[in-house]
Amino acid sequence: MYSPQIILEAALNGLMTGAVYALIALGLTLIYGVLHIINFAHGALLTCAMFAVWLAWAWLGMDPYLVIVPLVPLMFALGYGLQRFVVGPASHGDDGNILLVTLGLSIVLENVLLALFQSDTRTLDTDYSFQVVALGPLLLSYPRVIGLGVAIVVTGLLWLVLNRTDTGKAIRAVAKEKLGANLVGIDVPHIYAVTFGLGCACLAVAAGLLMPTFYVNPRIGGAFVLVAFTVVVLGGMGSIPGALLGGLFIGVVESLCGLFLGDSLGQIGIFLIFIAVLLVRPTGLFGAKA
Amino acid sequence: MTARDLIPIAVLAVLAALLPLVVTSSTVLNFLVFTLIVSLGAQGWNILGGFGGQFSFGHAAFFGTGAYVTAILQLRYGVNAWAGLALATAAGALVGWVIGFLSFRSGLRGSYFALVTLAFAEVFRILANAASFTGGAAGLLIKLDVRPANLQFDDRAVFYWLVLAFVTATLLLTRWIQRSRFGAQLVAVRENEDAAKALGVDSLKVKLRAIALSGAVTALSGCLYAQYFLYIDANIAYGSWISVELLLAPIIGGVGTVFGPVVGALTLHGLGEVAKQFAGRIPGIDLIVFGGVLVLAVAFARGGILGLLERLRDRGRGMVTRGTKEVSHAGR
Amino acid sequence: MGRSVQDPALCGISRRTVLKAGAAAAAFVAVPVAAPSILRAQTPAVKIGILQPVTGALAHDGDLGRLGAEIAINEINAAGGIKSLGGAKIEMVFGDARSTPEAGTQEVERMQAEGVSAIVGGFASPICLAASQAAARYDLPYLVDVGVSDQIMARGLTNTFRFSPGFGKVTQVALDNLTAINERAGKPAKTVVLVHEDGLFGSGLAKLLQTELPKRGFEILETIAHPTPARDMSNVALRIRSLNPDLVIPSNYYGEFVLLARTMQQQRIKPKGVYAILGGAASNGRFVKEFPQAAQNVIDCNHWHDPKNPKALALRKAVEDQGKSFAYNVPLNYSNLLLLADAIERAASTDRKKIIEALNASSFAGHIMPYGPTKFVNGQNEGATPINTQIQGSDIKVIFPEAFAEAKANFPAA
Repeated sequence: MYSPQIILEAALNGLMTGAVYALIALGLTLIYGVLHIINFAHGALLTCAMFAVWLAWAWLGMDPYLVIVPLVPLMFALGYGLQRFVVGPASHGDDGNILLVTLGLSIVLENVLLALFQSDTRTLDTDYSFQVVALGPLLLSYPRVIGLGVAIVVTGLLWLVLNRTDTGKAIRAVAKEKLGANLVGIDVPHIYAVTFGLGCACLAVAAGLLMPTFYVNPRIGGAFVLVAFTVVVLGGMGSIPGALLGGLFIGVVESLCGLFLGDSLGQIGIFLIFIAVLLVRPTGLFGAKA
Repeated sequence: MTARDLIPIAVLAVLAALLPLVVTSSTVLNFLVFTLIVSLGAQGWNILGGFGGQFSFGHAAFFGTGAYVTAILQLRYGVNAWAGLALATAAGALVGWVIGFLSFRSGLRGSYFALVTLAFAEVFRILANAASFTGGAAGLLIKLDVRPANLQFDDRAVFYWLVLAFVTATLLLTRWIQRSRFGAQLVAVRENEDAAKALGVDSLKVKLRAIALSGAVTALSGCLYAQYFLYIDANIAYGSWISVELLLAPIIGGVGTVFGPVVGALTLHGLGEVAKQFAGRIPGIDLIVFGGVLVLAVAFARGGILGLLERLRDRGRGMVTRGTKEVSHAGR
Repeated sequence: MGRSVQDPALCGISRRTVLKAGAAAAAFVAVPVAAPSILRAQTPAVKIGILQPVTGALAHDGDLGRLGAEIAINEINAAGGIKSLGGAKIEMVFGDARSTPEAGTQEVERMQAEGVSAIVGGFASPICLAASQAAARYDLPYLVDVGVSDQIMARGLTNTFRFSPGFGKVTQVALDNLTAINERAGKPAKTVVLVHEDGLFGSGLAKLLQTELPKRGFEILETIAHPTPARDMSNVALRIRSLNPDLVIPSNYYGEFVLLARTMQQQRIKPKGVYAILGGAASNGRFVKEFPQAAQNVIDCNHWHDPKNPKALALRKAVEDQGKSFAYNVPLNYSNLLLLADAIERAASTDRKKIIEALNASSFAGHIMPYGPTKFVNGQNEGATPINTQIQGSDIKVIFPEAFAEAKANFPAA
């Protein structure tokens, strides 16, 4: 039906799309792993970051990749503030409430963006948006190759932060045993907010990688966030390497499903995997424990 | 159930039924019909989410099933609209039971349950959008043929009374659940499933009954939506907007209370209209208000509006303890 | 705030209008300065409901639709309003359909309560379906501005009119024109790949094309559906590349079409032609401006104004001077308002039945679409037709039919 070359290209494309899914899922899984909450505002926050990239490009003429540098601390601060001053206090430390507060936040953010930018679809153009890397007979999109590389580097960095720094150790301590961490003098609300901030910082990177080839409108985050949920569940909630592997895996599955079933029905593949994993092995394929 | 349980429902139903005699504005009636349809579906959510503590983020799965079943039965098989209504409700119960069976048997709760329901609703949406049986993306148009036998009425007031009757019936149902052994078991499962099990409650069976009931009521609301607007497509019937509305209303109004969903739906839609009046030029202003109210409700009024009122009343009486059904999520 | 637009040109009412209002009335107008306020009392404004989705997914289109209606209303009022009603001004009662059918219905109810004489708009088919049905309860004339679904006109509602073409018509004309353009170029195109979004509009179109294209000697190699929003078009592009069709026929919305065109450019896919039908971006000035390379030579068969009509050109300039992008929503809503005003003028009444009668009898030709004189049959304007445009250089040019063409078709694309 399709030549092996096409199938190989589709798989590689999927792998590279999956890298961006992985980045988005990384933030989600980190927040889940530590705070044990599902952040429904993740998609809306991604949209915010994408608009920030677009604005920096449109107003200041900044290169989208360069925007990542200032955007990472900005998104970190936004995430920190949101958790510290909104999500944390509003939810009184209850899981169900957090779900609802983040849902409310996502509705507010999405519609504030709508009020500010209208529902216009916006795109940006760079010299390298259309560039390809020729790998033998295969033409690979240059921005996506970069995306794959950056995603792997960011995952590595995040892993290093969690395992080699004091803050990282504190985060892991809180994730494992909140009460105990509190007893040994760790400022738990601060660590929560730091984690939320790190999750949002991942979104800044993802936004910078997406914008050269993708578009943004106030509702675009939703298109990614359901996939990110799937990735998180597949990789094991809270698992950093799981998010990377899960993201890459989902990217390839989606791409091949799309090739054979059509992009429209190909989406169903993702949700069926999602449901099946939840029903059969809620700890995820790569997760070691609940 | 005692007379004290029934009187508030009866009084409200009678007052609401008299409304069309006083208010003749179609704008208001139309607003009320839609709000009541939402509050009916929200009541369905409340049975599972409020009393059972199982937060579904995908009640669109039931709403859409109700809407599609009645539309398909009428259009493809010439089934009468009233029979379609009954069958749609039954289909909602069935879908509820199946989703419940799959997810509760696997022990999903909390965030996991929310996610799995969301995914089910999405699968339904994609399928309904792709299959030609459901009219695909073109959706289904129920034939405009205004006759009571077709569940279409010339006068908006009649449809209003019909929806009101169903809302009243579910209010009674909810009151019954609250007072029944089944309801007590459901609340026990919500508060602490393991403890309930230890006490001999068959938690799987209790949750399955709750989700089937919940699915039936929400499917009924979807069916009424289809019957009122006479047009559905996948994004209307199975879209995430309805999942969100059905969950917002009880949480704003008072989760796990009898009147919470109705109060919540009226408040939200009322606020939305007001916001639009004041800032109609700003797109999405009503939704910003929705989201903001949700965050505020969770932050400051954990029992929703009803919980807040109760607390104010109790404070007025100088009481310390409260006998309300405000949800506490402790132990989950 | 901002819900109904009062006419700013009211002060400019001429003496002639005053005299027209009748001798008895004129007798009361002792001081000319007092004329405006008294006039307003004498000739109550004709309220017209403008229903557009200005929030939600369709907000961009709704904005443009409202703009077209606003400009038309201002022009009508500046030119003296409805003369047969003593120069009555048109007052816009705006309703936000919030991109959902139930919000559309709710706004129709509100407009009914405010006493509008007719409603124009809806934009999306589901909104048009629900809103026109709600209006039918009150015999309220409803003019569909864009909604292309054939279901809208198939219900036999006597209040519903559509000035623009529906799906069936658009597809048929698109195919006829494609065949003609292809023949004229020496039949370079034989094989086709369809790329469509999986919603109401894309799927419906694809279904029609699948039965019609083979009859005209085209071979459909594949039909590819994708969701909106689509995250990735690489696979679609890959499949197109492997099939190597002469022609790609996309029907999707702005974001997806831009993504597809850019991905095709990146993958160096160069079919002999890209022939969009009701394309989301192919007739959009912004696409041309932002991605001139990817946009080059894309042909579209779409709603488009008559490029030789000076009024249309003036309208386009007025819109672009406001810093907004010009799209077909503007001339369509503009024309619908002129059409409606003409009907009210001839009905000489705000009575709904009389307006409907006047619409049915309409032969209005003062609009700016390439439709010729208006003629409604069962509510559908028979003369309505889409036309072909092609992106050439930095402009969108009409290339077919010849009567309206500004440039020659660049097909097969060099």
